[in-house]
Amino acid sequence: MLQLVLFNLFNGLIIGAFYVLLALGLSMILNLSNVINFAHGNFLALGGYLAYVLIPYIGFWPSLLAAPLLTGVVGLIIEQTMIRRIYGRDPIYSLLLTFGLAFMIQDACRYIWGVNGLPLATPPSISRPLSTEFFFLTGYRVFVVGIVIVAVAALFAFLRFTRMGMRIRAGVFDLDTVSALGINVKLLRSLNFAGGIFLAGLAGVLAGGQIGLNPNMGDSLLLPSFIAIIVGGMGSLVGTLLGGLLIGVAAAITTVFFASASDTVIYVIMALVLLLRPRGLLGEEGIL
Amino acid sequence: MRPGGETTAALRGPAERRWTILAGIWVVLIAAPFWLPLVHGYTSLGSRILVLGLAAMSVNFLIGFTGVVSFGHAAYFGLGVYGAGMVLRYVAPSTPLALLAGILLGGGAGVLVGALICRSRGIYFAMITIAFEQIFYYIAYKWDSVTGGYDGLRGFQRAAINFGVFTLDIKHSDLAFYYFVLAVFAIVAGVMGFLLHSPFGRTLLAIRENERRARFLGISVDWHIWLSFSISAFCIGAAGALYAMVNNFSDPSSLYFDLSGDLVIMAVMGGIRSFWGPLLGAAIFEVLQDYISSRTVNWLFFIGLVFVIVVMFFPRGLLGIFQRRRAA
Repeated sequence: MLQLVLFNLFNGLIIGAFYVLLALGLSMILNLSNVINFAHGNFLALGGYLAYVLIPYIGFWPSLLAAPLLTGVVGLIIEQTMIRRIYGRDPIYSLLLTFGLAFMIQDACRYIWGVNGLPLATPPSISRPLSTEFFFLTGYRVFVVGIVIVAVAALFAFLRFTRMGMRIRAGVFDLDTVSALGINVKLLRSLNFAGGIFLAGLAGVLAGGQIGLNPNMGDSLLLPSFIAIIVGGMGSLVGTLLGGLLIGVAAAITTVFFASASDTVIYVIMALVLLLRPRGLLGEEGIL
Repeated sequence: MRPGGETTAALRGPAERRWTILAGIWVVLIAAPFWLPLVHGYTSLGSRILVLGLAAMSVNFLIGFTGVVSFGHAAYFGLGVYGAGMVLRYVAPSTPLALLAGILLGGGAGVLVGALICRSRGIYFAMITIAFEQIFYYIAYKWDSVTGGYDGLRGFQRAAINFGVFTLDIKHSDLAFYYFVLAVFAIVAGVMGFLLHSPFGRTLLAIRENERRARFLGISVDWHIWLSFSISAFCIGAAGALYAMVNNFSDPSSLYFDLSGDLVIMAVMGGIRSFWGPLLGAAIFEVLQDYISSRTVNWLFFIGLVFVIVVMFFPRGLLGIFQRRRAA
């Protein structure tokens, strides 16, 4: 029993880690640019596919960084050509635009790399199981958790201690004042967008190593990431982090006791949070 | 011209024009079964477009006339589809009962969800509507024994309506069914139009234009948004019930958020500031989708491109272009 609970707990942590990476990027873009990026899950897939292309040439470790960076560049180009034009307009337009982009990226991936799943080769050094008793503790899964911790820590350190990070946080709080202080808000939003897409690309490489690549691989992660943001509280990245871990672990623990409810439990959590604390666990007052 | 003269002319002109346009729209709709074959259409395509148009108009009641964006309205549409489907399948082959069930199921869910979310605004409101939509999708998807799960609910057919004096055989006649759909469409659209012209509708417009000012005037904004959300859910529930009868099938994808996106783009394509725009948008989108998916396997890419092009180049929609030209 203990082993079963630990197994599911660890599974929940892994899934939660993916929710966190995706939701943090979504949340960054949402907070600063007021845009829900429906295409976020498709950027995840794109990141995975770019790693698939790069690995034969430069190996796994450089690809782990290069593929998300390239995904971020693609995101930056899309932001520069399309998304920046709808900043400040009615939210309906950003929703529809990223909704259309999601279709386009998904179909482009399918056209280029095919409908069928592709494996993403991971180095043998991190692929073997670490323990026979706790069989689920493969090196790769521990590695995923480690990378996510490093990425999240780096993001929070960046936002806390660098000049650019402080400007982004100030912009979330009051963009007009930041702009009036002479800071290039357009540049801030573009880099922030690219940063969010970078995290999605990183999640894509990690997920590709775990479950393989297919054009729809991000779809099942996108909506739970929305819920992570709603539960954690909008406007708060720490809240998003907690929300992602919470729903990942809660769904996994539910699997132990009542397997068929594991998909529903995250929605129950969301409804409860909205009922009892409408702004989310750590959300800013006044945003909701 | 004196300012006063300009105002009276402006008041008289559009009113007369509005009645002419309204009459024109109804002539086109009533005559549709006769002119559709001339443009390579068919009657059941007309029924389908009317139903989706009604759904898009219901969404637009909220988006265009209350200023609140729901991206999860397929939930209440889909509940209408399943409500009607389950009545026809399990309870009785009665079209009025199925229609009522669809309206009540879709609308009831809208009342509940609306109560939970009417305090949030803007992009967050949209995000929460999407999340709630997933709940209903999961229920339909998982509850195999009742909903048919992934395969959808089959094994029912729309039933002829017995008026006592005569029977309207909508089961076998596509033409009779079209006029039945048109009648329901007329009633639901009429209710929405009546509400929008009432003081209640004007209050919704005031909230859309300036929420803070409306609040200062003593309008209970959250309450009105809840009401508007609920009304639009009841209306789209009716459209959903009709959709079940169009297809004789309840499909879980009718609850999925892809359909919500389709309904919103229909509204935007036609023009969200106009009452009839979403119907026009539904017609264009359906025809376009049929055409693209018959021409290429990569139709999804081009549908996405349609979304992008509409947002980038025609954000006011077709009727919006006319409105702007008339104002200029």
